[in-house]
Amino acid sequence: MSLFEATDIGVSFGGVRALHDVSFSVEQGEIFSIMGPNGAGKTTVFNLISRFYDLDQGDMLLDGESIRKLAPHQIAERGIARTFQNTELFENETVLQNLLTAHHTHRQTSFLAEMAFLPKVRKQELRFREKVEDIIDLLDLQSYREQRINSLPFGVRKIVELGRALSLEPKLLLLDEPSSGLNPEETEDLSFWIEDINEELGITVIMVEHDMNLLGQVSARVMALSDGELLTVGTPDEVRAHPDVVKAYLGE
Amino acid sequence: MRFVLKTNYGQDINHFLHNGQRFWYGLLIAALLLAPFFVDRFYVGELTYLLIWVIAGTGLMLLIGYTGLVSMGHAAFMAIGAYAHAVLFKLGFPFGISLLMAGLVSGFLGAVIGIAALRMTGIYLAVATISFAFIIEKIVGEWTSVTGGHRGFVVPEPVMFGIDFGSDMSFYYLCLGVVIVAVMLVLNLLRSPMGRAMIAVRDSEISAQAMGVNLVETKTLAFTLSAFFTGLAGALYSHKIGMLFPENFTIFMSIKLLILVVVGGIGSMHGIVFGAIFISILPQVIAIVRDFLPTVIAQRRGLEPLVFGSILLLFLIYEPLGLYGRWVKIRAYFTQFPLYRRATFKRQKSYLRTERVH
Repeated sequence: MSLFEATDIGVSFGGVRALHDVSFSVEQGEIFSIMGPNGAGKTTVFNLISRFYDLDQGDMLLDGESIRKLAPHQIAERGIARTFQNTELFENETVLQNLLTAHHTHRQTSFLAEMAFLPKVRKQELRFREKVEDIIDLLDLQSYREQRINSLPFGVRKIVELGRALSLEPKLLLLDEPSSGLNPEETEDLSFWIEDINEELGITVIMVEHDMNLLGQVSARVMALSDGELLTVGTPDEVRAHPDVVKAYLGE
Repeated sequence: MRFVLKTNYGQDINHFLHNGQRFWYGLLIAALLLAPFFVDRFYVGELTYLLIWVIAGTGLMLLIGYTGLVSMGHAAFMAIGAYAHAVLFKLGFPFGISLLMAGLVSGFLGAVIGIAALRMTGIYLAVATISFAFIIEKIVGEWTSVTGGHRGFVVPEPVMFGIDFGSDMSFYYLCLGVVIVAVMLVLNLLRSPMGRAMIAVRDSEISAQAMGVNLVETKTLAFTLSAFFTGLAGALYSHKIGMLFPENFTIFMSIKLLILVVVGGIGSMHGIVFGAIFISILPQVIAIVRDFLPTVIAQRRGLEPLVFGSILLLFLIYEPLGLYGRWVKIRAYFTQFPLYRRATFKRQKSYLRTERVH
């Protein structure tokens, strides 16, 4: 059984068909990429999985269970974390607080216990902190730990957002254009991190990406979309050479 | 400058980072405990008002400063707390019980408003809460069989465990106790997952949801707790003014509470105290200045609201982080002297969505 499966999913906004009859499945432990020109519906796929949009047709299964009726916060509880194309961090908080916030789904205390700050709350906080420190070590964020997000450069914010998604301890990670706005060295680092995340932490990744080098380096299978339709699924080289993909990017 | 050597993660969780802070806050509490023995009775009364404003401000700060939901009708919760407490207490409930129940009644109505206002933010929420405050004011005015309407409602003397809290001094200590407990509860919440969830909702609803924060639960809880603390403040306020009228809880009080939060410093617990001091002192200052103004201006009735409003505007434009933000800058100047750079707190350019080419 695949970890994640989308069957004939589709959504329209008014008269615009943003996504139509798209089916794909993602296997446990895989890095699956989605590519396509602007407006192809790549981010729409993510917003459907995150349940920010309602599906008009089709179904989405995680571990064989449908997630199409869940509320957005329940998606995180099921172990799906995501990043955003232009970063959506908690701007006025420190990097540390941002990463700690991602542990919300692992919270076992009620607000009353928290207001009294019972010993179990302190224990939980210490446990969260240790896990966050692991992520900080993994992504080399030590020097930014106490800095507020609104004083950080964009490249660092992207990494912090990746760290925040990892802090949720997801089984499925959705990365929306992780390399956009990064310089070549940062992109290089990123490709190593994505591989580490996949191999060492065993997290399955779905990634929307334009950078063909990054795609080719980390991803085994790529899905190409254009105008809300699925063009093809295959290895990066196959997809790059596919006549429909060439047509979508370069025209006839 | 002080550098704290951190050797375990618990240090980051503690309220006090180092002994210097313990000393100064200890000194502050000692000063507050001893104050009634050294100052005039009039000032003990004024200090009590200040403490009540701090309790109400704690509630409103949680909502505006930490959850990002603007309420311009918090006088309604003061009114609900005040009347609920006065009525229950008169019916013969013990003082502590009726105080707590007043908070709970107010908190419950806060939850109802919170659920109703779930989809509203910003100006729409502000308008909705103003309307709520008007409705409560009207209900209080018209429901004469319970509230006494515009003829007023006499609040009985506060008596708990046979101790009369009617004297200025004992009531001052009661309020001080409530302030300390309320502030501790909120500070604890803010260093726990639920408090972080509220801050997450303030900064980005969409990514809060993606991180597993339940918006309905978080916003409703913020409203409930906010109304609870403000209701508690209202209950204590009722004893302080002795006689309740609907006119005590008008929109002017709501705006005063808003000023407390904004001028004090949005998103800071210190700001509550700064803001409370500010709104307590300002009317006195206006009264003094009035004596020196030409009669034409001094006799105008709208002078006080005008000054309050202008100050709110000036703070929003020139010092959005309020008095606390200003204090942080002054402190930075002295700790870094003579190396302070003027640009230290220059607002960072934020990366808007379209600013970066991809």
